[in-house]
Formats: sequence, structure tokens, C-alpha cells
Amino acid sequence: MVMKQREITLAALGLLLLWQLAALIVQRPILPGPSTVLLIFVRELGNDLLLHFGASLWRVTAGMALSVLIAAPAGIVIGASPRWNRLVSPIIYLLYPIPKVVLVPIVLLFLGVGDRAKIALIFLILFFQILVLVRDQAVGIPPQLIQSLRSIGAGRRALFRFVYLPASLPAILTALRQSIGTAVAVLYVTELFATKYGLGYYIYYNGSTLLNYPAMYAGVIAMAILGFGMYVVVDWLERRWCAWKFAS
Amino acid sequence: MIHVHQITFGYTPTSPLFEGFTWDVARGEMWAILGPSGCGKTTLLMLLAGLRFPTAGQISIEGRPIHRPRPGTGLILQDYGLLPWATVRQNVELGLRIRALYGPDGKHAPKESLTENRAPYWIDRLGLTEVAERYPSQISGGQRQRTAIARTLVLQPDLLLMDEPFSSLDAVTCHDLQHLTLSLCQEQGITLIVVTHAIEEALALGQKILLLGAPPNRQARIFENPRAGQGQIDRRLHNQLWEEMKRQGHSVASP
Repeated sequence: MVMKQREITLAALGLLLLWQLAALIVQRPILPGPSTVLLIFVRELGNDLLLHFGASLWRVTAGMALSVLIAAPAGIVIGASPRWNRLVSPIIYLLYPIPKVVLVPIVLLFLGVGDRAKIALIFLILFFQILVLVRDQAVGIPPQLIQSLRSIGAGRRALFRFVYLPASLPAILTALRQSIGTAVAVLYVTELFATKYGLGYYIYYNGSTLLNYPAMYAGVIAMAILGFGMYVVVDWLERRWCAWKFAS
Repeated sequence: MIHVHQITFGYTPTSPLFEGFTWDVARGEMWAILGPSGCGKTTLLMLLAGLRFPTAGQISIEGRPIHRPRPGTGLILQDYGLLPWATVRQNVELGLRIRALYGPDGKHAPKESLTENRAPYWIDRLGLTEVAERYPSQISGGQRQRTAIARTLVLQPDLLLMDEPFSSLDAVTCHDLQHLTLSLCQEQGITLIVVTHAIEEALALGQKILLLGAPPNRQARIFENPRAGQGQIDRRLHNQLWEEMKRQGHSVASP
């Protein structure tokens, strides 16, 4: 999944070219060309866009951090213990396929309209992804490996530190990568409600109230940068923490 | 050194693998446990390693009953024993890091801590220096087993348990490692117990051979093999073991 920088730059330039062509063909204010938008984007950064970006970044990072901190250990415990696995897996099986977006109104009712509800929703989406992948990873660890480590003195603490934790890292990062798209989408949805900060609000407000289309597109670009940036960070962490995966 | 006294064990109560089984091993002996699949030989190793426990009877090593893995016992399995995400060096140092995690608590690690890091010495001694920074997936099967041996020897064991350690290796590598294992155990004064399904390997490694048969095993059937480790196979004993195993109606691996 780790792409070369040159290829990504070329792809980005190609997409911008397509966008410019489309803008030239459509010739309507609802589709300004990339040059116009990029100019506005830079100008808006000086205004409030950075603030909105920061608000969204905080919500999505907090949701991610929370889900990793809770789901990863839970996944390890469930995966490492057949008894827990038998007990909990049917519940996960039922809850996992529910599209978490439908929980937006419920979570809003319970947690109100502030940051808490938004972070909780992102947490919910990532939680099950990470839980399931880490659990499966832990189940798949060969018993010979566990026995070998126990024979040289490893108890529960050492097994967690030297086996389960490093074994789950790739699973956590894969889960994060798979969920970034959904997480950002749900973030957008939640930011449409009762908030004055966040890229979702910014895009919606500029598009439907101010009818400032270039600024709306600048918001879309900021959202894309948010998602893409998280991809890049996950890739970077994977190369750093899971070097053995790339060794051949 | 090892005293297996009247033990009974089975994964299901109705079909025990061992029933009132008694067996003794003296310090410094080289043993092979031979038998067909399903006879309980790996299980016996797990019992000695303190990873499983008899339902009746007792196993004691150096006079102490076994209730948990004993720090002085090394265990080497056929495969999967190395951490795939750790380099050869990190794998060899693993035992030391585990001991550092717990400190010399007398439970996970012996009360007297190891004073020096012997990992560089054993990495060098087992010819792993060049691959020390590689991951297990990047080295040969023989080098992986050398890494497992180095990891065990770093902890200065007095007893080494091996479960089919060389059966996935080619003939030449297998022969080299058998020879290396024997000479290292002799040099370090380590008692060796190797589990194998192959008569040839039992004869190459075991100065004494414990033959297990169709469960439940009640009596230890022991064959003396003083020519182990001398590069020559005792043909007469080979045929005798072959007949014994055939008599029990099991398929036997042999050339």
C-alpha cells in the first residue's frame, strides 16, 4: 500500500488537470477551476479555514486515539482467551455490520451537540474495525510461539509486551487505514449539526448559505487533505513500526 | 536430574496418554524420545517443560516439583518459535529482556540474575553474526534453528528440550545441527532430551532412547545407544526399533 511519492504527485497533477477541463466545459459558478479555488484556499487559511481544519482534526484524532486505546487491548484479550472469544464474538458479530452512521441521531440525543458526540461517533466506527482485526490477529498467533516464550519465563505481561502488542500493530494500522474514509465522512455529517466549527460546517455554510462556491471547494480540499494526511501518517507509522513486514 | 513418578495424563479423561508412567533421567545424559504420531511424545516434553501438568503423579527436576516453566529449562520447537517482527539479535536477546521485565523474582526468572549479556557471544558462536540484523523470514531454516538454540543458550540452561527440531531441514543442515547440538550440550554440561518420530534421528542424538507406543504408555521402554554422536548408526538397534514400532501397527518414518 505504500506508494511512491513521484507517482502520487503525478496522479494529483492529473486530477487537477481533469478538474480544470471539467470547469472549462461546465462554465458555471458551482464548478470553479482549481486555480481559482487554490487561490481562495490560501486566502481562507488566513481567515478561519485553519480554525475549522483544526476543529475537525481534533475530533477525528481524538476519536481514533480513543478507539485504538480501548479496542486494541480488548481485541487482544478476546483473541488470546478462547473463553472470552466464545462469549463476546456473537455480540460483535451482531453489532459489527451495523452502519454506524445510523447511530448519529441517537448519539446526538445522548451526548448532546458538542464535541463529545462527534468524537464518540468516530470512536464507534473505528472501535469495531480495530476490535475485529486485532482479535483475529491474536487468534492466529501460533501456539508454538506462545509456548516458546512461556518456556523462557514469559508470563502474561511479557506475552503482551513481546507477542500480542507487536503482532497487533499491523492489524491496528490496517483497521485505521480502512476506516479513515468512513470516519471523515461521518465527521462531515456530524459537523452539519449545531456547531460553528469544523470543515463540515464550513463547507455546508459556504455552499448553502453564503453561496461562496470557491470557499466551499476550499473546504472540500481541506477535508481531502485531512483524509489524505491521515493516510500518509498511517503509512509512515507502518514503515516505522512494522519494518519486518517490508523485509524480504 | 529428572524424576517422572507415576504420572497420568490425557487430554480427555477416557483416553490417557500416560498411566502410572515412571521415567528417570540423570544429569548430562543425551536422550531421544521416539515414537509414532499420537503416542504422547510431544506431550511428555510439554509436561517436562511445565506447560502441562499430570493429573496424577509428579514430575520433579533437580528435586523440585514442576508447577510452572522452570528458568533453567530451554525448549526448542520445530518451527514458529521465533518472533517474526524481531531481528535475529532481538530474538536471541528475548529471554534476557523477559527477565529484565520481571527482575530476578525466582518465578519467571532465577533469583540470581545473569551478570553479563552473552547474546553477542552466542550469536557469533552459532555463526549468526552476518544475519544478526535480519528478520526470521529473511534467513534459512537452519539459521532460524540456530537462532532458537542461541536464544536458549544465552539463558545458561542445564536442561534442553527439543521437539522435532530439525525435521523440516535438509539432510546436510540437519546433520550439521545434530552434531552442533550434541557438542554444545556436552561442552556446557546440558542434559538433552530430543523428541523425534524418525529412528535415524533418535539414533544420531540419543545415547539413550525412550520408545513410546500406542497410548496409554505405562512403562518406559529404554534402549541403550552408546554410539550416538559418533557419526555412525547402529544398524542392529535400528532394525530392532523398526520392528518394535512396526509391531505396534503404526506407520514409521524411515529411509
